[in-house]
Amino acid sequence: MSEEMVTVNMTVNGEQVTKTIPVRTHLVDFIRTELGFTGSHLGCEHGICGACSVRVDGDVVRGCLMLAAQADGCEVLTIEGITDTGEIADLQDKFVERNALQCGFCTPGMLMTAAELLAQKSEMNRQDIREFMSGNYCRCTGYHAIVDAIESINNERLKG
Amino acid sequence: MKAPKFSYTRANSVDHALELLDKHGEDARILAGGQSLMPTLNMRLSQPEILIDINRLDDLKGIRMDGDTVCIGALTRHVEVMNSDIVAEHLPLIAEAMPHVAHVAVRNRGTIGGSVALADPAAEMPACILALGATLVVQSSSGKREIPAEEFFHGLYETARAENELLVELRIPSQKKENVSVFLELARRHGDFAIVGIAAYGRVLGDTIEDMRLVYFASEDKPTIGENAIAALNGNSWSEDTKEAVTAALENDLEPMANLHGSSAMKLHLQKVLTGRAMDAAIARAGGAT
Repeated sequence: MSEEMVTVNMTVNGEQVTKTIPVRTHLVDFIRTELGFTGSHLGCEHGICGACSVRVDGDVVRGCLMLAAQADGCEVLTIEGITDTGEIADLQDKFVERNALQCGFCTPGMLMTAAELLAQKSEMNRQDIREFMSGNYCRCTGYHAIVDAIESINNERLKG
Repeated sequence: MKAPKFSYTRANSVDHALELLDKHGEDARILAGGQSLMPTLNMRLSQPEILIDINRLDDLKGIRMDGDTVCIGALTRHVEVMNSDIVAEHLPLIAEAMPHVAHVAVRNRGTIGGSVALADPAAEMPACILALGATLVVQSSSGKREIPAEEFFHGLYETARAENELLVELRIPSQKKENVSVFLELARRHGDFAIVGIAAYGRVLGDTIEDMRLVYFASEDKPTIGENAIAALNGNSWSEDTKEAVTAALENDLEPMANLHGSSAMKLHLQKVLTGRAMDAAIARAGGAT
């Protein structure tokens, strides 16, 4: 079978891009290799680890379980994009302060998922946070510090 | 790993999708949410010639009431079902099960129709719609037909849907106000595949179980009604004796498939435990003593 190609247009981190790629390219390979945004990581590549989490049209998704061709016409944001907008600058500072990362491989995915949690603006206890974040694996921290960081920012923001 | 080579077409209407299904038959796969299909492609467990992407078929999305029936478009994403006021009010069993369906990022893409059409034995939605006696609407180029949930699930990833048919709608009877429902699942990590699980729906009067349906999942090759357990349960008051009779009868209903999560014997034991907990909860929810 020959390699079928497709031309896709989308907005990635605010920038309009047009590329012709093999149809089987998933979204994160596209973002990493075609566009050079290497903040989104590939761990398991079958939807378990969460390291590839990106935002498509406002919702966090597994970047390895969506074809780039499916994101045609969509608005995609990666960790680089939401870092630039400052949307989670407070959370990123808190991750450093609370040692919520060690090797850092899972961190972009953790932050993308946590950004969706914070956007809900709802009161959450530690158990709720653990359940919300349960789709993202971390092999270094044991999660405690990650929950610490998210909990304190969620509480700070709710207090206003 | 990376997916094998395939051809990709975005369907621009239901008719277009059905035309493609007629043309490609078993060489085609429907790409709905993709949360199960994409992993199997990435791991090269399946090698379809063509993916028919139905994600932009807005006709297949949405939740509405039709008399006493909740109609859910097959392409409605889990997150929309989870946040739906209609589902919360009329289908509390599904509302209770939804948080167990994978994780946030997967629920944002995955669809209720995809979950039902795939018929993964460990999936929550097939068990729920079987417990609630739903009807599934499938469509081919020659028209629509309705299939009761009881006849839809044939085995491991096998259903009554023909190769040229598309699942388009789930029609689920609104839960009766006098009935109760309970959904319980055991998993290693919240949102992971179930080790075992149960969906229960029926009528409880005081301490007496009147008319209860028990559906077990993640143990057989398809969601399974515990017929013998139900026979030992209905018409009886919930007591230690009843629990013993029901769990003993359950041994004639289930022969769980062993997998990474546990042996057949362990799963059978856990299904018995869940049965007891589910009926304790059902009695409590109906306002009876526990």
